Amino acid sequence: MTEPAGRSPVGPDDPVDALATAWAEEVEGTSYVPMAADELQAHLRDLAGLVIDAVLADPPRPDAGAEVGRRLVSAHFTGPATLERTVLLLAEQLPALLGPAVLPASLALTGTLAGGYAAALRDRTLDEQEAIRRAVLAARHHTEQALHASEARFRAMFHEAAIGIGLGDMDGRILEVNPAMTRMFGHTADEFRRLTVGDLTHPDDAPSVWRLYERLLRGEIDNFRLEKRFFRRSGKEIVGHLTLSLVRDHEGNPTYQLAMLEDVSERHRLQENLEYQAFHDPLTKLANRAKFTGRLERVFAQEGPDSTRRVGVCFLDLDGFKAINDSLGHSVGDRMLQEVARRLDDCVTDGELVARMGGDEFVVLVEDSHGVDRLIGLADRVLAALAPPLPLAGQELVVGASIGVVEQAVRETTASELMRAADITLYTAKAEGRGRWAVHDPGRDEAETERFTLAAALPAAVARDEFFVLYQPLVSLADHRVRGVEALVRWQHPRLGVLSPSLFIGPAEETGIIVELGRRVLEHACRDARAWQDEFGDAAPFVSVNVAQRQLVEPALVSEIADLLDRTGLRPDRLQIELTERELTADEGAPLKALDGLRAMGVRIAVDDFGTGYSNLSYLRKLPVDVIKLDGSFGEGLREEELSDPVDEVIVGTLVALGHALGLTVTAEGVETGPQATRLRALGCDEGQGWLFAPALPAADIARMVRRGAPLGDPAATPGGGLLGA
Amino acid sequence: MQRPSWAPDEVDIDRPSAARVYDYYLGGLHNFAVDRAMAARAVADWPELPRIMQANRAFLRRAVRHLADQGIDQFLDIGSGIPTVGNVHEVAQAARPDARVVYVDIDPVAVAHSRALLADDPRTGVVHGDFTQVAAVLDDPVTRSLIDFSRPVGVLVVALLHFVDDERRPGEVLGRYREAMPPGSHLVISHASADGAPDRADDHQALYRRTATPMRMRTRDEVAALLDGFTLVDPGLVFLPEWRPDDPSAVLEHPERFTGYAAVGRRD
Repeated sequence: MTEPAGRSPVGPDDPVDALATAWAEEVEGTSYVPMAADELQAHLRDLAGLVIDAVLADPPRPDAGAEVGRRLVSAHFTGPATLERTVLLLAEQLPALLGPAVLPASLALTGTLAGGYAAALRDRTLDEQEAIRRAVLAARHHTEQALHASEARFRAMFHEAAIGIGLGDMDGRILEVNPAMTRMFGHTADEFRRLTVGDLTHPDDAPSVWRLYERLLRGEIDNFRLEKRFFRRSGKEIVGHLTLSLVRDHEGNPTYQLAMLEDVSERHRLQENLEYQAFHDPLTKLANRAKFTGRLERVFAQEGPDSTRRVGVCFLDLDGFKAINDSLGHSVGDRMLQEVARRLDDCVTDGELVARMGGDEFVVLVEDSHGVDRLIGLADRVLAALAPPLPLAGQELVVGASIGVVEQAVRETTASELMRAADITLYTAKAEGRGRWAVHDPGRDEAETERFTLAAALPAAVARDEFFVLYQPLVSLADHRVRGVEALVRWQHPRLGVLSPSLFIGPAEETGIIVELGRRVLEHACRDARAWQDEFGDAAPFVSVNVAQRQLVEPALVSEIADLLDRTGLRPDRLQIELTERELTADEGAPLKALDGLRAMGVRIAVDDFGTGYSNLSYLRKLPVDVIKLDGSFGEGLREEELSDPVDEVIVGTLVALGHALGLTVTAEGVETGPQATRLRALGCDEGQGWLFAPALPAADIARMVRRGAPLGDPAATPGGGLLGA
Repeated sequence: MQRPSWAPDEVDIDRPSAARVYDYYLGGLHNFAVDRAMAARAVADWPELPRIMQANRAFLRRAVRHLADQGIDQFLDIGSGIPTVGNVHEVAQAARPDARVVYVDIDPVAVAHSRALLADDPRTGVVHGDFTQVAAVLDDPVTRSLIDFSRPVGVLVVALLHFVDDERRPGEVLGRYREAMPPGSHLVISHASADGAPDRADDHQALYRRTATPMRMRTRDEVAALLDGFTLVDPGLVFLPEWRPDDPSAVLEHPERFTGYAAVGRRD
């Protein structure tokens, strides 16, 4: 501190002030005293007063020095230099200020001051040392309590954790496990402590599991997590989600390994269950389409361009399943599918997968087929397995199946191409007459592909009304005049031109679009026939319209036709419905009721292509029909001038006689020559239809023809001449 | 290795403690041989150290008095150390008998000692806490029971910030305290600096690396940056003895030898 200006060390006026000022200067900086300068001055002034009073007293009181020493210490003048300077100051200044007489008292007082100061400082030192040691103890106690609390919390956490926790040393010895871990494994904690981490190996462990573990032990990684299987003490398996962590010491050296394990067995089971459901058909327990597709795609995914691997499929569809399902009910249908699935499953061996693709479609995948023979052998076995009747619903039901067989080199095709080929081949097998297999033939497939394309385009074509109707006359063989016409549908395909029914009726029946298409043909035919009826009255030709099986089972067919007749105003006896023999005999019940309903209205029923099915002649008697149309094949042998074989005449004659005996009209189809017409007439056929008379013609041409009234296909004329065309 | 927050602090009296070394410099007797040995080494290198510490303590006294004179009657003293001599509550209560003070320190021994010393004073409280854990300090029940944060508060961060390294972002920490301080509140800081004695500062910092609280001295600009957001009260950021001396004529000729900065900032 700079020396205060204008002050001498010892002021002459007031010895107390003078002493206090000198004292303050001497001790400044010798101790830290928490006082402002004026406070310090005041404090020392008090002490200076005490000192001066004591030495001037009579007798002097040098003992007051002890009090001064104590008060210095209590004001925190604890620096040793403070005492040193104070003693020197008093020894010099008291005689100087108060005269030499005070010297003995001053010396005595400095002595007691030093003694009092030392005693106070000793007490203070002891007190403060005790205080700080107490503070250390208190802090330690607090810390220990905190540690205990912390330890207790961690103990509780360790014990109560739902997750398994285990601690191991770096040699893999298990040191400690929590109760969740013992419950998970069925080992007691003691048993655990006799195990090593290596004892927790499972044969399914991926090699990566133990590689990770080695890396962790080497300190290269600090933790890893994975799922793996473990054996319980009982030998049972659990699946655990494991997190293994490295615990390092302060220097970073690996010290412990800490395992946290969650039992996820239940989740795994659930997952497996869900996976099973995702890949299996619940009805038959067979693999489903997803599983089949996945397996097939895997076969292709695994193979490179140089692969010699071959793969094959048998794509199978039950014949007539829909009829069984519709007539006997879904539960019988379901049981049939289950039984079929069981039989299919019995047919396959290793490397073959049976799957239900949906509905009544099944597929067998043969991986590594080594040639088509194995597939054909399999298809034969399947057909044989399905041959024995199925005892269901108190009946012996026969179920047939058609099978499309494809077998190809993996590198030559793709999974989707293979399945498309199988689909087409199955279709071929069905077209060839069901109950058989067909082997994939790439050439034939092109035609089938076209059919498929048409089938796919049908619904839109019907919606856009791309169809029109032509009429082929049915003439009386007696006078060759038009009695009626058969309505024949054509598709005005926007790209392919006019398509004949042989190209699209099949697909239309399969897709069900035949119902809507048939409805429109009926509508067209009835409108045209109504126009003829208006113009020609009783002489108007009736119209004969083909109705497919699918239409016949529609419950509303009869009411729809009644409604149609009502709307168009066509007389019911001007409408004839043609059904094939197969359609009539395929099913009993509903279809026949429909026919009865139609006949009751006055609509006639004709059996088309008569004689091509399994004609059950006695059955014919019960059928509600009015007309039989002899299939063209019967008349083929009657076309030439000279007959090569008289048997044809006998057969036709017999059929005509049979028809007549049942009171039916007999119509011959496929009449192409004059001699044929003459012979058919001689054999008793009532009506004829064929190119000799006329091809299928537009409605306007029919009207013109009826108007002209001329006989068609004069026996004398050239076959097919004159009126052909258009 | 960083101690996890749940692990209790250890009480290690084999290492010198900044709080006890400071006590020793101030003539206190709450210290151990290890603390005195360290102080002795430091003083051997840098004889002015005890004077610097005393200057710091004197600044604290003047600053608290100033705040009390401004009407502030609640104080949060963070890094209070061992309240041996010239305690904040004594200074504050001398001016305002109802003043309340909360002492915060990270040193468990300092905290235990403070608790023992202040057990009978209901207007004081002690919190064991870390300056950088702002929410824990402010939300401690003791803090909450004594300090009303809707009224101006004096926050004292004296001779502490040089124990907070840059990694712990002391400026941001102060910012968080500032957000909790209502307008009219004051921040008091002092900070060790090498600006006045660069040659000695390095050795001194090296010495403190042996303690639980290593030192990071800062330049004047660095210290000024920490005060961002506060309006400095006259005379601003100055060397310790220069801040509102009791006797302006008594300031030494070389205040920079007291190599530490002091400032009081107001939250507007």
